[in-house]
Amino acid sequence: MSRHTLSVLVENKPGVLARVASLFSRRGFNIDSLAVGPTEHPEVSRMTIVVNVDELPLEQVTKQLNKLVNVIKIVELDSEQSVQRELLLVKVKADLTTRSSVLETVQLFRAKVVDVAPDAVTIEATGNADKLDALLRVLEPFGIKELVQSGMVAVSRGSRSITERNTLRPVERTA
Amino acid sequence: MTTAETATGAQSLVRALEELGVDVVFGIPGGAILPAYDPLFDSERVRHLLVRHEQGAGHAATGYAQATGRVGVCMATSGPGATNLVTPIADAYMDSVPIVAITGQVPSGAIGTDAFQEADICGITMPITKHNFLVQDAAEIPRVLAEAFHLATTGRPGPVLVDIAKDALQTTTTFNWPVQMQLPGYRPFTRPHGKQVREAARLIVDAKKPVLYVGGGVLKARAAGELRVLAELVGSPVVTTLMARGAFPDSHHQHLGMPGMHGAVAAVTALQKADLIIAIGTRFDDRVTGKLSTFAPNATVIHADIDPAEISKNKIADVPIVGDARDVLVELTAAVQAEIAEGRKPDYSSWWRQCEDWRRRYPLGWEPESDGSLAPQHVISRLGAIAGPDAIYVAGVGQHQMWASQFISYEHPHTWINSGGLGTMGFAVPAAMGAKVGCPDKLVWAIDGDGCFQMTNQELTTCAIEGIPIKVAVINNGSLGMVRQWQTLFYGSRYSNTDLKRDRPTYLPDFVKLADAMGCVGLRCESQSDVDATIEKAMSVTDAPVVVDFVVGKDAMVWPMVAAGTSNDDIKVARDTAPDFDYEMGEVTQ
Repeated sequence: MSRHTLSVLVENKPGVLARVASLFSRRGFNIDSLAVGPTEHPEVSRMTIVVNVDELPLEQVTKQLNKLVNVIKIVELDSEQSVQRELLLVKVKADLTTRSSVLETVQLFRAKVVDVAPDAVTIEATGNADKLDALLRVLEPFGIKELVQSGMVAVSRGSRSITERNTLRPVERTA
Repeated sequence: MTTAETATGAQSLVRALEELGVDVVFGIPGGAILPAYDPLFDSERVRHLLVRHEQGAGHAATGYAQATGRVGVCMATSGPGATNLVTPIADAYMDSVPIVAITGQVPSGAIGTDAFQEADICGITMPITKHNFLVQDAAEIPRVLAEAFHLATTGRPGPVLVDIAKDALQTTTTFNWPVQMQLPGYRPFTRPHGKQVREAARLIVDAKKPVLYVGGGVLKARAAGELRVLAELVGSPVVTTLMARGAFPDSHHQHLGMPGMHGAVAAVTALQKADLIIAIGTRFDDRVTGKLSTFAPNATVIHADIDPAEISKNKIADVPIVGDARDVLVELTAAVQAEIAEGRKPDYSSWWRQCEDWRRRYPLGWEPESDGSLAPQHVISRLGAIAGPDAIYVAGVGQHQMWASQFISYEHPHTWINSGGLGTMGFAVPAAMGAKVGCPDKLVWAIDGDGCFQMTNQELTTCAIEGIPIKVAVINNGSLGMVRQWQTLFYGSRYSNTDLKRDRPTYLPDFVKLADAMGCVGLRCESQSDVDATIEKAMSVTDAPVVVDFVVGKDAMVWPMVAAGTSNDDIKVARDTAPDFDYEMGEVTQ
């Protein structure tokens, strides 16, 4: 099994996320991570879905997703040829004795502190999964009080865009 | 001509149905859909048939669609009305039938409040529809209807549900027609790829042991004529799945019959031993392949289907072709002709000798009942012979369905309608009603089991009142026969809850009296000598539905059989009896 990142352009309509999620569950595919948000076109949303599957099931996932009427386009993003980022917010114990060590770690990972309390700091970090895992390993000994992480978002490297107009233009038909 | 007229959402709905060419809607009114029923009452183009249960409306829409190729339409109110459509929608989804279900929904302001008769039918039917819509704006109704019909009929057909909030039906809007559809993500492929088709043609002329494996997609594409042209050009054996019975004439010498769990030995074995499978509009269902890892181990696979997701889903295709079955058949025919024109004429004569041998030695048949009771296979066989190949036969699910697929000779497309994928007991009566409404000039026989019949027979009342004279042959063995057969074979003959008659001297209910109570003619037949006369008598009634209670033996079993989960190599022609393939295999394979 291997990790695959799918960028899925969908119509920005109610219920589309439920259709995608329900498809994955009923076809027996696990989602590692899922992120949804707007694109530069208001009528189009973009989902970034990370799945851990073999080549053949991946083909089946993609074909089944393509059958959803609200799915406009699916592109698999190669990890080498794309920028992949997740967002992490983590609340770490930090009192007078440990705060400077915690802040040093924040510097080292080019993360930032977004909230400070007498006995804790909240750290914001972005990066790929490996970087965030490494950060958490270093923060662990200080004591992690709370952790929240986004799904991965990704975009291909280079100037080409998968949301170019010509590939998104609605196919209009007359009844 | 474009139309723009002031209308309520409900009027807009009825106008859209008229513009879409709908001539009949099967349904039941209720609170949330009530606004739609008012203008429907006045429509001169759309006939509404009041069924007795929404499940009947759904299966009737399917029967109508399967018989005519046009969209079947059913209508129900919110909540329980809508959830009663779930089974027929799932059934239509599995068998790729173009139906549109229109349901009322509670007013948009009440959605999500657990209002009276509220059910999230879009959420419920999401995995069993090709697509569904929730409409809360009256102005959207015509466009959504147009999109629903377009989705139901194009690409791989399937059910589409349109759920309309009551206030959207009541609001005044403008009915505009025609409408611009907005389906940016829907682009079904229909034209096959030329290179793939040429590759398929090359494989066909090079093959030594090919089989044309034909599925329901050929019927959906209305391509039986094109299939015959290709089949006769290629000259290979043809098998038709349960969903494709009638796509190729049973009497044709190239036809080996139906493959699968209860398929003919020659059809099952030809696929199993083939060196090339040409699969058109079919999906390598588990009931056809048996244990998948042992299915047709030496075959190269050409798989043509309109749904790309079916290709290589179960069996890996060596030559995938995405396209409409009719286009594929036409282009494949041209490509094979081109191969032949260049002198590459295939020779399948030794393969045919082997297939003929299987066909000759293992024909479909049955043994008389050991207790002297009427053999169900005899009844069905005589029914097919007397009603003839121009009638439409609609089956329920179980033993009677398998016998009806085996012992009736289907010569024309769209004369066999059944619930294949979902296996919905109770399908026959309402589906036959729908088929008869769609094809009023055709003789329509439902072949049902006594278990199935008790699930949906109330639609015979609809048939009697609305003047839909279908005929129903109840193959009454007093038990849930197919389940009983499995209990005989796999559960040590322990008949847990499959006996419908129990120890009563007479069957309850009395189907003849029941038929009479529902305004139908009821007949009963208990002996072989009366079978023909009873069928003739049923055929002579033309002004009312007829129910014939054929009281048959309960021990008859469906053979051949490939037990669930086992290999097609282990097909049995009778209990503990396998065909003897050994002696003849040497002469061809080496």
